[in-house]
Amino acid sequence: MSVAVAAPRRRPFIRKTGALPGFGLALGYALSWLGFIVLLPLAALFLRASSAGVEGFAVTLSDPRVQHALLLSFGVSAIAALFATLAGVIIAWALTRYDFPGRQVVDAMVDLPFALPTAVAGIALAALYAPDGLLGAPLAKLGWQVVYNPIGIFIALVFIGLPYAVRTVQPLIAEIDRELEEAAATLGATRWQTVFQVLVPPLAPAALTGLALAFARGLGEYGSVIFIAGNLPGVSEIAPLLIVIKLSEFDYTGATVIAVIMLALAFLMLLVINLIQAWSRRRMGNA
Amino acid sequence: MPDLEPQRQRVYTPDSVVTEAPWARAVIIAFTAIFLALFLLLPLGLIFREALAKGVGDYWQALTDPDAVSAIRLTLLVAAIAVPLNLVFGVAASWAIAKFDFPGKSFLITLVDLPFSVSPVVAGLVYVLLFGAQGLLGPWLQEHNIQIVFALPGIVLATVFVTFPFVARELIPLMQDQGTADEEAALTLGASGLRAFLTVTLPNIRWALLYGVLLCNARAMGEFGAVSVVSGHIRGLTNTMPLHVEILYNEYNFVAAFAVASLLAILALVTLIGKTVLEWRYGEAISGRH
Repeated sequence: MSVAVAAPRRRPFIRKTGALPGFGLALGYALSWLGFIVLLPLAALFLRASSAGVEGFAVTLSDPRVQHALLLSFGVSAIAALFATLAGVIIAWALTRYDFPGRQVVDAMVDLPFALPTAVAGIALAALYAPDGLLGAPLAKLGWQVVYNPIGIFIALVFIGLPYAVRTVQPLIAEIDRELEEAAATLGATRWQTVFQVLVPPLAPAALTGLALAFARGLGEYGSVIFIAGNLPGVSEIAPLLIVIKLSEFDYTGATVIAVIMLALAFLMLLVINLIQAWSRRRMGNA
Repeated sequence: MPDLEPQRQRVYTPDSVVTEAPWARAVIIAFTAIFLALFLLLPLGLIFREALAKGVGDYWQALTDPDAVSAIRLTLLVAAIAVPLNLVFGVAASWAIAKFDFPGKSFLITLVDLPFSVSPVVAGLVYVLLFGAQGLLGPWLQEHNIQIVFALPGIVLATVFVTFPFVARELIPLMQDQGTADEEAALTLGASGLRAFLTVTLPNIRWALLYGVLLCNARAMGEFGAVSVVSGHIRGLTNTMPLHVEILYNEYNFVAAFAVASLLAILALVTLIGKTVLEWRYGEAISGRH
């Protein structure tokens, strides 16, 4: 599943009637910079992967440690994205529909995981949930250990995914036409029916997009996870970390194979997001 | 990719027909407050508590340690190179994309957004595969004695990669919205292309530009995964602040780790405040929505 990363057609022609200058310079500069920073390095990755060949892929993928890391990354990212989306929709609803003291501060805070460097989030979460930590100690009394196992990864990925879930749904909640709800109420619907039959359907595509974004981000996440996960091979070792380990062992082929698989998954998610949005546009008219 | 920026919101006054019952509202608000306190506020507060656990003296000592100072210097230097590079790219790309029509435009926008979908670790890896000793250009670089990976250029390249779309994706929708009429008027009145850009376009996009630069800078200074792969972790030389935090934490030097982390947390808070102020004050000038 390789995705072509060829540069766009080389000599595009201007069809604009306007006479603004600088098109050639701006596009030329943008394309060369894009080629140098993004396309050339990604091409190097695919070149390396193709030189590894089917055999290289087979050798790396038959390693149980690699299989476990990929499955773990995939599974925990999916569960965490689902959880973040459910919580995110509720939070977006509260922030958009209700007025309560400190609402605007809370709203601004939602972006914290975007702004906080992942390593900083990582050590904070690890210290918080450590067996002697602020939350870890009471949880340990209940017999729950969060750090050094997949639950820790889950917590870190919910943290990372939350803003994606909230911010994709929030503008749509703000745009809902209140007359629809009034109409439903006048027609005798209970509030419960209105929420699930009138409000949820138009929000579903945005929620799915948020889910896909949180999942894609979680899949590749590194900094916030490695500290809380403890990185025990076969237990809590995620795929991005395994790339780093393979690199430090000079196993370039192994690192490349895992990277290509993760990249393919990321491109797949990009495709899914675009399909969701196309579907939503078709369904909603021109939304 | 959808727009992730929060929009200006209208707060609705409660109305019995079109809102939830008071108990349901209370439950939803309580859930929001508890969830965000547990997941966001608590980790943030903990950073400062741990940093100051042994008093202000130890905190200050951790920040003035020579390795910490050189990490701070390197982080500032990397951001000072990477952010302007992406700023120039962002303006050039959005000028071409927003002001002109050409085939393959939406494909180009997808390519600009692409780095957001790539794992930071993979972003670091691709530069090692290209410029590392075992990489495609490795032998040639060694012959000419050019060091990219495990040195400043590699760190800058990895940082540019992960922050690549930030400025462009703020500007493209805004400049598409603004169209070309203002610039055409300036040209008709005899302004040169450069003058039209400087006196018409730039003032039109300045707040969105600042917004993009703010987000780009926060990510540039805080990037960990990509930089970690290309840096080589040489203390005092190729250690950025986030990498230094990792090293200190793994040495169980928690006070020092959280002290350096607290600086990055302050950066995050300043970024959030700046972002929120820009959204309140210049929301329309940034999003182009009226």
